[in-house]
Amino acid sequence: MVMSMMEVPNSGTVYSSEELGRSLESSSGKTFGRRARLAFYNRTFKIVCIASAVFVCLILFSILFLMGRTGILTFETVSLKTFFFSTDWVPENEQYGAFVFIFGTIALTLLTMLISVPLSLLIAIFLSEMTPAWLKNALRPVLDLLVGIPSVVYGFLGLTILIPMLRSLTGTSLGDGILAAGIVLTIMVLPTISRITDDSIVAVPKKFRDASYALGSTRFQTIVRVVIPAARSGIMYAVILGMARAIGETMAVVMVIGNTPQLADALFKPTSVLTSNIVMQIPNVPFDSTWNYALYMMGFILLLISLIMIIAVRLIQGKGVKQ
Amino acid sequence: MQTIASQTLIDIHKLNLYYGTFHALKNVTMDIPQKAITAFIGPSGCGKSTLLRTLNRMNDMIPNTRIEGKITIGGADIYSKEVDVETLRKKVGMVFQQPNPFPKSIYDNVAYGPRLHGIRSKQKLDEIVETSLRSAVLWDEVKDYLKRSALSLSGGQQQRLCIARAIAVNPDVLLMDEATSALDPISTLKIEELAQELKDKYTIVMVTHNMHQAARVSNQTVFFLNGEVVEFSDTEKLFSNPRDQRTEDYISGRFG
Repeated sequence: MVMSMMEVPNSGTVYSSEELGRSLESSSGKTFGRRARLAFYNRTFKIVCIASAVFVCLILFSILFLMGRTGILTFETVSLKTFFFSTDWVPENEQYGAFVFIFGTIALTLLTMLISVPLSLLIAIFLSEMTPAWLKNALRPVLDLLVGIPSVVYGFLGLTILIPMLRSLTGTSLGDGILAAGIVLTIMVLPTISRITDDSIVAVPKKFRDASYALGSTRFQTIVRVVIPAARSGIMYAVILGMARAIGETMAVVMVIGNTPQLADALFKPTSVLTSNIVMQIPNVPFDSTWNYALYMMGFILLLISLIMIIAVRLIQGKGVKQ
Repeated sequence: MQTIASQTLIDIHKLNLYYGTFHALKNVTMDIPQKAITAFIGPSGCGKSTLLRTLNRMNDMIPNTRIEGKITIGGADIYSKEVDVETLRKKVGMVFQQPNPFPKSIYDNVAYGPRLHGIRSKQKLDEIVETSLRSAVLWDEVKDYLKRSALSLSGGQQQRLCIARAIAVNPDVLLMDEATSALDPISTLKIEELAQELKDKYTIVMVTHNMHQAARVSNQTVFFLNGEVVEFSDTEKLFSNPRDQRTEDYISGRFG
């Protein structure tokens, strides 16, 4: 018995075809057992995957549902028109006009984009097209690190450095307001937008640049007329990502915007936006009050805005692939 | 080199080119005639593309490149300070190995060069686009789709579009850097026919790894080996009765 088992590996005899077949069968285990086991694994794995996917969707929808359900209760006592178009937010007096905050959020985001997009574009072009390699290798990690700085730190710096500076520069008494918030947000989103833009500019194939240079264009003409248009979808993606961050940002904004529910019709007027108003008031409201519901509604609006932006990002990415 | 038919346009004199320490072109001297097709042949890495790219100074963009010697086009030293590189490239157009239309419409591709050099009038641009596309024998295929993306064209059409784009700036010289190597045989044939037509108006210098192509389309052929010009003569003569043993070995397929 021992001898015969030893024989096979030692002697190196060539199997006959029948023997090979038998050995394949016998070492594969019982046919039924193996198949059933595999089928079980495959099925379980599939179920786990589907369950995870469903779970994620469920979370998203329950967040939307919970925010929306509570938020919608606002309209039991406040009319749609008042909520969206009235500028009077005096909860103590049962006045719930959220226009100031909605307008503030939109104005602040636009102001931020107005400053940050051109700046980021310049940074990205400088970084990708004009910087020598050693400086690139130094600057890119710096920008990547800046992306990760907690927003409260930016807010803190805004509070202690930017606002005093704005006061002395412009002679205003307060300095808080939409401009201060816009500048802090710009500094926050600048690394995000410029790095993604930088990546999309670098990804423009060299052959387009070659073609442009060979037709007698200067470097500036090549960048403006060929490289930037070719990187358009990546740049759009960067802008929307930066915008989503600016809209949802709370901490840094709370610290510099002044937190007063008045319409932001001047750059240096203390005002409030959706996020800052929610975070300032939510600790103090009674649970079952219109005030609470209105704050939920404002959260719901923010959620919708960011969802729309994410969908827009998806659409743009899809387009980019086709190109 | 007694065979040069017409007037010399490009005069290369004792040209040496180094990539860092690598000696890529060794003492190249040649006269390229006007309004004819001159083909550069030779095995990979022999310097034929490098020489082509010195003619419109595309090599300037490769770091650590050093050039000695002189190239004159129409008598002007193209490496002197008086010649700016943008003007030179406007006069010396180039078609690349891979078709590289911009991700813009067909119209905008052809109009790119003219717009670059200051032509704004819509009517003038329309005219240039049409004549350029006609010259590149592409007009009939695309005249109804000028607003469509150039990337929707086939590879061969894209390459003809690139030729149209190059001639839209009205150059004197057209450099073709293995312009058919990425194309199928039928598209290749179309480009070759096109080159034949264009040589009446332009001085064409083409690099090809395909000896048959050189034999089919060119008037003069230059054979390169390891950065040196081995032989330069009329195409017919070079292929039927080469002077140098190395040329004969190469064209009979013994190496390369």
